[in-house]
Amino acid sequence: MSVADAPGVHDPSGRGSAFSGATGGTSESVVEPLVFERSRPGRRAVRFPAASERARAAAIGQPVVPEFARRAAAPGLPELSELELLRHYNRLAHLNQAIDLNFYPLGSCTMKYNPKVNEWAAALPGLADSHPFDPEPLAQGSLELMWLLAELLEDISGFCAVSLQPAAGAHGELTGMLMTRAFHRDNGEGEQRRKVLVPDSAHGTNPATATMVGYETVTIPSNQRGGIDLGALRGALGPDVAALMITNPSTLGIFEDQIDQVVAAVREAGAIAYMDGANLNAILGRFRPGAAGFDVMHFNLHKTFSTPHGGGGPGAGPVGVGERLEPYLPAPIPVLAEGDPAEVRANAWAGRSTPGARFALDADRPRSIGKVRSCHGNFGMFVRAYTYIRSNGGPGLRTISEDAVLAANYLRVRLRDAYDLPYDRPNKHEVVFSGRRQKREHGVSTLDIAKAVLDHGMHPPTIYFPLIVEEAMLIEPTETESLETLDRFVSVMHDIAGQVAADPDSVRRAPVTTPVGRLDEAAAARRPDLRWAHDGDEETASPA
Amino acid sequence: MTYSPHTDADRATMLAAIGVASVDELFDDIPASVRAGGWDVPPPLAEQEVRAELARLARRNRIPEVSFLGAGVYRHLVPAVVGEVIGRPEFATAYTPYQPEVSQGTLQSIYEFQSLICELTGMEVATASHYDGATATAEAALMACRLTRRDRIAVSAGVSPDTRRVLATYCSGPGIEIVTVPIDLSQGGTGTTDPAVAAAALGSDAACLVAAQPNFHGQIEPMRDLAEVAHAAGAQLVAVVEPTSLSILEAPGAYGADIVAAEGQPLGIPASFGGPFVGLMAARMGSVRQMPGRLVGATRDVEGRRGYVLTLQAREQHIRREKAASNICTNQALMALAATTYLAAVGPSGLREVAELSITQARHLVTALESAGLARRRFGGSYFAEVTVTVPDAARRHAALVEQGIVAGHLAERDEPDLRDTLLLATTELTTDDDIDRLVEALAATR
Repeated sequence: MSVADAPGVHDPSGRGSAFSGATGGTSESVVEPLVFERSRPGRRAVRFPAASERARAAAIGQPVVPEFARRAAAPGLPELSELELLRHYNRLAHLNQAIDLNFYPLGSCTMKYNPKVNEWAAALPGLADSHPFDPEPLAQGSLELMWLLAELLEDISGFCAVSLQPAAGAHGELTGMLMTRAFHRDNGEGEQRRKVLVPDSAHGTNPATATMVGYETVTIPSNQRGGIDLGALRGALGPDVAALMITNPSTLGIFEDQIDQVVAAVREAGAIAYMDGANLNAILGRFRPGAAGFDVMHFNLHKTFSTPHGGGGPGAGPVGVGERLEPYLPAPIPVLAEGDPAEVRANAWAGRSTPGARFALDADRPRSIGKVRSCHGNFGMFVRAYTYIRSNGGPGLRTISEDAVLAANYLRVRLRDAYDLPYDRPNKHEVVFSGRRQKREHGVSTLDIAKAVLDHGMHPPTIYFPLIVEEAMLIEPTETESLETLDRFVSVMHDIAGQVAADPDSVRRAPVTTPVGRLDEAAAARRPDLRWAHDGDEETASPA
Repeated sequence: MTYSPHTDADRATMLAAIGVASVDELFDDIPASVRAGGWDVPPPLAEQEVRAELARLARRNRIPEVSFLGAGVYRHLVPAVVGEVIGRPEFATAYTPYQPEVSQGTLQSIYEFQSLICELTGMEVATASHYDGATATAEAALMACRLTRRDRIAVSAGVSPDTRRVLATYCSGPGIEIVTVPIDLSQGGTGTTDPAVAAAALGSDAACLVAAQPNFHGQIEPMRDLAEVAHAAGAQLVAVVEPTSLSILEAPGAYGADIVAAEGQPLGIPASFGGPFVGLMAARMGSVRQMPGRLVGATRDVEGRRGYVLTLQAREQHIRREKAASNICTNQALMALAATTYLAAVGPSGLREVAELSITQARHLVTALESAGLARRRFGGSYFAEVTVTVPDAARRHAALVEQGIVAGHLAERDEPDLRDTLLLATTELTTDDDIDRLVEALAATR
């Protein structure tokens, strides 16, 4: 569907007006009722067959579900016909902005196009219906796919081994930190190394992860050029440091141009060098963290390798490791149990299976940190990422990063006259601006500017992150946006800058074309209403 | 192929605007000593070629014709409407609803999800979801430790081995001690958690008792008694449940569970070799500020319209950083939407039919195996829709059936050496009478 079909998002005649007819019978103050409010007793969308006579007869005499364990009343699930149900969720879908509708330059999130052939592949019955505990002879395709994907990720990153188990980037971080701790323990330094160094530009997940593993976080300042302050890093490194967690390129979109020295200093101090791979989309084919001396990195398959973000998951956060951490990887690991790896790879690259090759899950890893997720991880994401990597191939992956970096630098030079650019130097795949001038001169905040972007049908950049930039706007265009889209975004951002100067109040009122206006987040936190209730108060009561 | 729209002319335009001669200049900041050399990533494939490759891998799997495998992941009907809804690009290609004005679809669907999970579990508050049931269970145990300020937990051996492994990994982070509550796995044993044994394991300083209903062996646990012994020890009860069973089994909120964790996969999500799934977590409102993960709340917009936002974010990593309740960043929004659509599609009567059919077929299966003299139930007491049976020479016969494309459930000795010669057999509403006949015939032929 096109943006024009998304009522409320682009409707200049009034907010959500397209819904008033569609939802009939609801109060003016509700854009789309809750699924519970659409429920009518006796309706249903799905029916199941009754048990056969034979089954019922055979069940007699077997123990029933005992009375003490039975539920008194049925759960209060809604009752809808299939069409009513579908319309409800289709209407909700219309309330969303999404990559498939328009530009979504959410910095740090790599909102690139999610190719449809990936979805086709993940839905193949031979893959989607594969049970994770099916005996290995029945699951050779799933295991081969995982093995091949791990091989590709190793090649792309320069690491010697990969675990696909972590379900998200933050989950990969947790895995990396648990391996770090196991490594130091085995070296007899578990008690001594208690600190994890994290640059002040880091994602909040980095310090939160360190805490989950029982580490103390030490923040390392950035220098004036946006890189890690090497002097401060060297000063903080010592026999009490377990690891440095560093995002490279950083969340400012800047490649650490002293990364070789950073890694050397960390390793010299006996610490683990962890790279947060959130920004891998900038450096494919240009920088391989494992080859550069990093010990561990998580990949975000939902960023770099185009699996859909799904409104906030599912993602996948595999970790790559160097030799020092390899023994600690989560078990089990898919392995080629019989066959020559080079031959199997060559055949697979040519679209052929290798006769006699056998894949297995290796659980016999005595130093493993254990499992971090049930089964084998988010397999459906592996299918998509594998499809994507094979579609692009080596040259395509290089092009991805080149075009992503080109687009972000283009936005840097096109927008720097309209907004403050705290770090005016070539960036990688994203660029951070500051709305401090607009704030100071016109009392219009970055939040207001973001809301004004919504009125142009686009998703705004990430705002107020990284924390070290005042009134930050972090813009990541990705490689899949055309020059026309980039130019339109430039003109939108210039228009808004002009509007800020000419009529700041109108910017503070934005958005006015979205299905709802600004929402009272303070009230939501003060008086949490986290669920619908049958006999709810006026906030949740059914609108007649 | 790549999905980049840029023509060489576009690239030239951008390079000129930036003021560099080639894109290579934009990578000059990578120190020469660590610049990537070559790699062996294979050449690109056209769509028809990549389809052929993925079809090859899919064909290399052999989807069994008959399967009684569950062990935590179940083959249920995924109604067509569920695939239709979660396939909508407005849901699939959006991200975390940081801008609520253009994310009401995602936000409202999560609010509905939270509400549905509360209805199902009888709890007061549910999160926006977790990676899977195992990590939700682990996060629930860590939450119990924060709530009680204790650092030891008791875990029933009836909790799935896969979940217990993940729990052990998570607890190793902050150094939380795990005591396993053994259960009687002998022939004719209860196969359930003995409240007295649980009480002994809890002692006076455990943060929680983690127990599963139904348990991994399919047995129905005395959850009310387990809640009592947990509470008597000043500990919380973390109930790990199977969501379709909650149309029949008592809601955890009613038997005194303090935190509920579950694998949501049975609610409209394919097995997909283990993921993506969705973890469910619910608790009492008094504990909400110690809950990990995202929460969506209802509020009003500036013009009084009802709307939804991410709320109580002061618990979360992007605000609290090292003081956050968890490092969890995203939820599994699209899988939560699948569960939401599923629950709304089947409704209360459909969910009950799913459970009743599954229960009936489990009993049909046991009768058929017993009357053919092939197997007998391992334990006393009652079971839900998965059942542990003793079968002589189970490993060999299980393998022999695999050759014929029949999976005779889960070979229990893989996880539990005490359970030699037992099979854990799962039935769902998709289990047919014919499936049962084929299993019985095939097993008989291996005698």
